[in-house]
Amino acid sequence: MQMLILSAIAILIGGIIEITPMVMIESNIPKIASVKPYTPLELHGRDLYIREGCVGCHSQMVRPFRSETERYGEYSKSGEYIYDRPFLWGSKRTGPDLHREGGKYPDSWHYNHMVDPQSMSPGSIMPPYPWMLRDEMDLGTLPRKIKVLRSLGTPYPAGFEDRAVADLKEQAAGIAARLRADGIEDEKLEKRDIIALIAYLQRLGTDIKPKAATN
Amino acid sequence: MAQVETFYYDNAIVRKFTYATMLWSVVGMLVGLIAAFQLIMPDLNLGIPYTTFGRIRPLHTNAAIFAFVGNGIFMGVYYSLQRLLKTRMFSNTLSNIHFWGWQLIIVLAAVTLPLGITSSKEYAELEWPIDIAIALVWVVFGINMFGTIIKRRENHMYVAIWFYIATWITVTVLHIGNNIEIPVSATKSYGIFAGVQDALVQWWYGHNAVAFFLTTPYLGLMYYFLPKAANRPVYSYRLSIIHFWALIFIYIWAGPHHLLYTSLPDWAQSLGSVFSIMLIAPSWGGMLNGLLTLRGAWDRVRQDPVLKFMVVAITAYGMATFEGPMLSIKSVNAISHFTDWTIGHVHIGTLGWNGFLTFGILYWLIPRLFNTNLYSLKLANAHFWIGTLGIAFYAIPLYWAGWAQSLMWKEFTPDGFLKYGNFLETVTQIMPMYYIRALGGTLFFAGTLVMIYNLIKTIKQGAFIGDEAAEAPAQVATADVHKENIGTAGLSAVRCKC
Repeated sequence: MQMLILSAIAILIGGIIEITPMVMIESNIPKIASVKPYTPLELHGRDLYIREGCVGCHSQMVRPFRSETERYGEYSKSGEYIYDRPFLWGSKRTGPDLHREGGKYPDSWHYNHMVDPQSMSPGSIMPPYPWMLRDEMDLGTLPRKIKVLRSLGTPYPAGFEDRAVADLKEQAAGIAARLRADGIEDEKLEKRDIIALIAYLQRLGTDIKPKAATN
Repeated sequence: MAQVETFYYDNAIVRKFTYATMLWSVVGMLVGLIAAFQLIMPDLNLGIPYTTFGRIRPLHTNAAIFAFVGNGIFMGVYYSLQRLLKTRMFSNTLSNIHFWGWQLIIVLAAVTLPLGITSSKEYAELEWPIDIAIALVWVVFGINMFGTIIKRRENHMYVAIWFYIATWITVTVLHIGNNIEIPVSATKSYGIFAGVQDALVQWWYGHNAVAFFLTTPYLGLMYYFLPKAANRPVYSYRLSIIHFWALIFIYIWAGPHHLLYTSLPDWAQSLGSVFSIMLIAPSWGGMLNGLLTLRGAWDRVRQDPVLKFMVVAITAYGMATFEGPMLSIKSVNAISHFTDWTIGHVHIGTLGWNGFLTFGILYWLIPRLFNTNLYSLKLANAHFWIGTLGIAFYAIPLYWAGWAQSLMWKEFTPDGFLKYGNFLETVTQIMPMYYIRALGGTLFFAGTLVMIYNLIKTIKQGAFIGDEAAEAPAQVATADVHKENIGTAGLSAVRCKC
């Protein structure tokens, strides 16, 4: 029993010293005014990104090296991640980093890339994701997601959970319209999972970017 | 002097965990092999969502760590704890709840991860209902272990048990700390930490999953099974105690080395880096203590496959724990991070250290559980060489790939442009390495199949004894136990009396 207590003390010290200040002292993670919570559509897309395990091959962390800022863009700031639950920095780049992916390609590029990655990136070893184009968004838990995130500190306004689905549909319609303009045909386009995933990918890293017109 | 009592070791529970270890070794490695082949044949998921690399990879890591190594830990702990403490396990019922509960968790993981039900945090992917089940089963294991310790007949607590205790308490703390989540539904939750804080907590957990699931329990197993197999006392008991305390104290700080050059504040990166570099001392303390235990027995290493596996395991542990501190130096990490170097590094640890130590233990334990000899020494030797080649063919190409790709990412033309501006160029360059890695994995897997065949044949020719009789004097009063444990004079004289 002594062993148990002594081991517990030995292993608690390090964790407490590292984690407590990170959680308690706000200046560790400077806030950035332009960083806003994800929209309901982006949130849905982010949860799809999590479901598919994209983080296994794509990092979201541009390190402050010239070789990375040249390739990906501005290096990542801690304040950009304050609404990320969970964080998706990743630990392996089998594919490129995606933290500055937003606005790099048109929406239709992402659509076609999910149909067949090799068509947009010859030689790519990413598998196709046809079900993203096929499946309709399951929004059953969306209001509850908004509520849970607000309870954890994400500043969604009161009652936003009741407007979340409408908000999502509005943003989805915009993306669907742009895809149609690029010649993509699908009657139910605005209902598909792919729309949410595109919304999320186009949002990535754009909070601190001067707004270039997407597309 | 207390009177001599007769009692029975519970070998039935050890056998259950042994079978589970064998089964999950095949499953875990097979899934890993599929993942390796998917990297060279992207269509290998056959167009099905459940088998894409993104979902298969966490299935592989969870199966290898928690199913294969996890059952290996419990197999070794249930065998050695009873003998070190000269008593039967505290409760047969708790032993069985532990066993079946753990297998149920593995099955749930094998179903939910391909379905995409994941928290996405490495080695903690399972969603909250399974997290709760893990906590419950872990507590059952703890009660059973501490109950056994309390009713022991052997006063002295051998160092292996120290490692088991530290494992139990740390995994408890880490598992709870990293899985504080608010449920959205039965299959989805959001954690209380976000962004940088989430990253720090995750790697505090993640690195110490390596430390306290893949390392400390296995060091405990090494301290029991290696002296047993070599029939030699531990080289230095004093060293084992010093490196135990140093290891568990320092390991817990090391997490931030997974986050060097990220947005994590610099002070935390530096702390993680410094403690990671210090870790080489206690890690090598364990490795040297293991290798030096074989002094005077090296002639037997040539003949006995059990010792061969253990020697390579301990050597792999030494290599991995040398490499770890090196990779935690920021300038080295700037090259290695995000590349295949990391994958090569962890597989030296898992294939070499965990895999080979488990194989050595299985080859030693199964003939004893079944009161027979190993079916074929030849096959065991063949397994040893196939497996060793497998590790080399796995790790070396990935070191090469990681180094090559990282240098390509960083190369500029004289005019100041990225030489390989298209990321894909750096991927196609290392494809040959991915082929060789898949070959290495295939070799290692083939070796494992040879072992399974050999062990099944051994089991078939033996006769299992579920309750093994033993005799020991009854336990003396606990007050004396503490005195004896604290008395340092006795420590260096104590040998593995087990």
